Amino acid sequence: MNKSVKSPSTLKRVLSYAKKYPFSLVGSLLFALLGVGFSLLVPVFIGDAIDCIVSGGVLWTKLFGYFWLILGCALGVGVCNWLSGVCNNRLSCRIVHDLRKDAFYKINRLPLAYLHAHPHGDTVARIVADADQVADGLLLGFTQFFTGVTTILGTLVFMLATHWLIGLVVVLVTPLSLLVARFVSTHTYQFFQSQTQIRGEQTAFTEEAISGLKTVQAFSQEDEMQEKFNQINVRLEKATMKATFYSSLTNPSTRLINNIVYALVALIGGLSVAQGNFTVGGLTKFLSYSGQYAKPFNEISGVIAELKGALASAARIFEFIDEEEEPSDEGNQTLENIRGEVTFDDVDFSYEQDKKLIERLSLTVSQGQRVAIVGRTGSGKTTLINLLLRFYDVDGGKVTMDGKDVKEVTRKSLRQGYGMVLQETWLRKGTVRENIKLGKKDATDEEMVAAAKAAHADGFIRRLGQGYDTLLSEDGGNLSEGQKQLLCIARIMLTHPPVLVLDEATSSIDTRTELKISDAFHKLMEGRTSFIVAHRLSTIQHAHLILVMEKGRVVESGTHESLLEKGGEYYRLYHGRI
Amino acid sequence: MKRLFKYFKPYKWQSALGPLFKLLEATFELIVPLIVARLVDVGLGQAVGGKYPNADSGYIVRTCLLLVGMGAIGFVFAVVAQYFAAKTATGVSAYIRKDMFKKIQSFSYRDIDEIGTSTLVNRMTGDVDKFQSGVNLFLRLFLRSPFIVFGAVVTAMIVDINSFPVFGVTVLVLAIVVFAVMGICMPLYHKSQAALDDVTLSTRENLTGVKVLRAFCREKEEEAVFDKRNEKLTKERTFVGVLAMLTNPLTYVLVNLGIVWLLYSGAIRVDAGNLSQGSVIALYNLMSQILIELIKLANLIVTVTKAAASGKRVSAVLARTPSLTVTDGEETGSLREKDKDFILFEDVSFKYHETGEKALDNVSFSLDRGQTLGVIGGTGSGKSSLVNLIPHFYDVSAGKVLVDGQDVTKKGMQLPLRERIGVVPQKALLFKGSIRENLLWGRADATDEELYAALKIAQAEETVREKGGLDALVEQGGKNFSGGQRQRLTIARALVRNPEILILDDSFSALDYLTDAALRQELAKLNLTTVIVSQRASSVQDADKILVLDEGKCVGLGKHESLLQSCDVYREIYLSQTTEGGV
Repeated sequence: MNKSVKSPSTLKRVLSYAKKYPFSLVGSLLFALLGVGFSLLVPVFIGDAIDCIVSGGVLWTKLFGYFWLILGCALGVGVCNWLSGVCNNRLSCRIVHDLRKDAFYKINRLPLAYLHAHPHGDTVARIVADADQVADGLLLGFTQFFTGVTTILGTLVFMLATHWLIGLVVVLVTPLSLLVARFVSTHTYQFFQSQTQIRGEQTAFTEEAISGLKTVQAFSQEDEMQEKFNQINVRLEKATMKATFYSSLTNPSTRLINNIVYALVALIGGLSVAQGNFTVGGLTKFLSYSGQYAKPFNEISGVIAELKGALASAARIFEFIDEEEEPSDEGNQTLENIRGEVTFDDVDFSYEQDKKLIERLSLTVSQGQRVAIVGRTGSGKTTLINLLLRFYDVDGGKVTMDGKDVKEVTRKSLRQGYGMVLQETWLRKGTVRENIKLGKKDATDEEMVAAAKAAHADGFIRRLGQGYDTLLSEDGGNLSEGQKQLLCIARIMLTHPPVLVLDEATSSIDTRTELKISDAFHKLMEGRTSFIVAHRLSTIQHAHLILVMEKGRVVESGTHESLLEKGGEYYRLYHGRI
Repeated sequence: MKRLFKYFKPYKWQSALGPLFKLLEATFELIVPLIVARLVDVGLGQAVGGKYPNADSGYIVRTCLLLVGMGAIGFVFAVVAQYFAAKTATGVSAYIRKDMFKKIQSFSYRDIDEIGTSTLVNRMTGDVDKFQSGVNLFLRLFLRSPFIVFGAVVTAMIVDINSFPVFGVTVLVLAIVVFAVMGICMPLYHKSQAALDDVTLSTRENLTGVKVLRAFCREKEEEAVFDKRNEKLTKERTFVGVLAMLTNPLTYVLVNLGIVWLLYSGAIRVDAGNLSQGSVIALYNLMSQILIELIKLANLIVTVTKAAASGKRVSAVLARTPSLTVTDGEETGSLREKDKDFILFEDVSFKYHETGEKALDNVSFSLDRGQTLGVIGGTGSGKSSLVNLIPHFYDVSAGKVLVDGQDVTKKGMQLPLRERIGVVPQKALLFKGSIRENLLWGRADATDEELYAALKIAQAEETVREKGGLDALVEQGGKNFSGGQRQRLTIARALVRNPEILILDDSFSALDYLTDAALRQELAKLNLTTVIVSQRASSVQDADKILVLDEGKCVGLGKHESLLQSCDVYREIYLSQTTEGGV
């Protein structure tokens, strides 16, 4: 698949989002154009009006005529600019809304492989910050660019038509400001670079120092850290000073050039009036036109930078939206009344193409069986779980549930059959109650408390500030890992799933509590199929079937006693106490 | 915010000179319309039937040269102003950062828990940066815009005193419009910011919780939640936009109304011969300047308000007083037998939050010099809380902690106390630098031999050799070491100090049993006063005393054998780990 051919250019694509709002788009451009037109007329009429104000013989009738024209045009500018702004604002808000929506929906359609390989912060930045950048930059930049160009062209025509010589001078000298701005920005680039680099250094140091502050204090290293910080701080100050100062030269420089243009206009205009082939009002027109003409030039470098930034951001969002999705399961059968018969039939799987992980794995689990999976780190235990729930698709062979290939049923109906507790806990921002009820929203409080009690979480929950109504910050905040695991267990205790999956679910819980919880688990697992991954072998001795995995294969299987007797890998694991 | 003023003190000259030069430049800008008026009135002379027979070309050329010259001087002034503004802004913020860092380092564990690391880092970096650019802009522009506005009014009065009503009324109405729109929009912006935070939250949670959410088949519901939040944000943004967009068109119309009024009243007076045409042009130019500056001012106020908000957040950190209590303390040493009750807890209770439950409830024990205390208990039973009280990382809520006969809260006690204690925290954290630099945290003047001795005890010699010696690099947070390697290095770091008290807070969790045993054997030879926190009964069973904690209460204190008899909790823990197969 050739991406560059398939995806249209970024700008085109943003515009294709705009197409959904044709009225806003056309309105924004049309009103902007009208606004520019009116705004070009205003100085003309003011100039003409001034020409009517001659000492001793003010041309009153004409003057009043011009007054109405000025007011009319000014009103026209006001209304058009506002309407254009409103259209534009609506347009940009809607586009960003749609971009965000597309990107967010994409999250749920991406394979886990992608989400695990890409840092979350980066994706969040694309959906939040980059989208904002598109709103601010692209659309603001777009209209500013548009009005800028029309203003330049309009004033150009007016100026050349009014007085070609002055017009020519203005046209030729003003763009100098562009060159100056460019000169300044290329020469300050290196200062900004070193500023950014040192700032990054300081942020990294600060983050390390503050997140490790408890350790710093335990070793009374405050002074040493302060000394290191100060050194970076002094360098940052110097670099920032240079970057700030040199970049702030742009404005005075362009202003200087504008002033020179202004003086030139006054000079040529003044002399022309003296010679009698120009009017004072004409001169006034020119003085305001030279200002109007210069404005887009002064702003253009900023506008281009905004546009570029916005396009880069839009490209990052599109890149995310274009990622390959999981194969659709539309039209697949739905599983109902799951019994929990699971088979692996000659399954091949690998996360990376050149690194084979699971090869030709076959196994059969009947309803109600308690299956434990043991093995060293990286032997494929969690991978097996990932295939069970179809977080990943097998490369060869098939996984079935109740006799049906999991690829031929909907993911939703398959996953509804499972209850899962992982080693890496996940809690959301919200109350303890919301977190426990995540899997079963309509559970009563009594059911919830019973689940928490079964998970031995009730005690510590009650000791939190507001009990079950305590707000947890994102990702569980100040709960310990063990407490988080207890909450995740409570969550499952509430759902009574047909099949239970525990992937190192009690790894951070002390052994005594673990023993107590496992009683509750036994009750929960009564008559249900369950899969337990554990490194503490004590927790799995009562399993009906123990699978010992090594390098993606099941090397041994059987009950605790039979495996010990066999004296193989399980025996070694057990006595090596891994 | 007031707290931040003191940081301007070293830059008082610069912060005055910046705006001053800016005002000089602005003055030049105000004079320009006057010069153009002179050009028309004097350079062109009296108009006769629309012609200017008395025009003075030399005067016109000279005037234009003057305009260029003023532009050049204005440029120099502007550059000087930018320099001082930049100097002040960067200098002040560097000073603030330095002080903030110092302040943060003085925060107690409780402060750190309460404020949170990420917000502290944000305030140190993002907020100070925003404040800095705010100060820079403020010094450059904030005085300039009002000055030009009022300057233009004054200049207009100099040109023609009768123009005052026009200017006065126009400026007043403009100011009211600009500030009214802003006053309405700012709170709305803040509100929409909260909506954006919700969108961010949705996004992040769906990424971090992807497995759980998919397992629970919550995708559709999550999408619905996101849609609602996204729609809310869009609605709020669109609405603010409609209002915010009013400023420019409204001011434009108003200024042109003012201009018409100005031309009208000017025309009457020109007609009567009381005013020149040039003056009318000057007045018109001044009016245009007012428009430009007012709009600049409005934009500036937005930036400065944001900077002020950042300044407030910075200021809040600087204003916080570290919460650790310091008392006069009582001397109980004289009554004490030497080396007896080296560490003493008297009815100690402890809470993390004022309102929360007790993390420790009425715990008492004593430990003689050279003895080992094992602390054991379940998840959240208060083990770490207990050891964190010994070096006075937290204040007790009730009771007293004494080390070597002295109350740990005693004034002047903190630094010497912490230097006598070697702590191995639960979270094995190393810092960016070399292995040597990390170990020297224990004691700055330790020799390489001493370092290796400590590494040997900590069973970390092998790790250091593998990584290439003491100069091997440690990445931030020690990411290039495994959990077990980090733990051993942090133990070595504590040993380098030759501490009188060694605190091991669940420091063996990532070690295999063999290493664990070897390490404990080596430590036993040192004869230090040691406090070992662990979930493993095997790690504490040889201790002189074992303290069993359950939900913050001491439910057992004694030797292994007696506890097995007398303490249910201890027996359960022990049995859970030693039933056939063990951990």
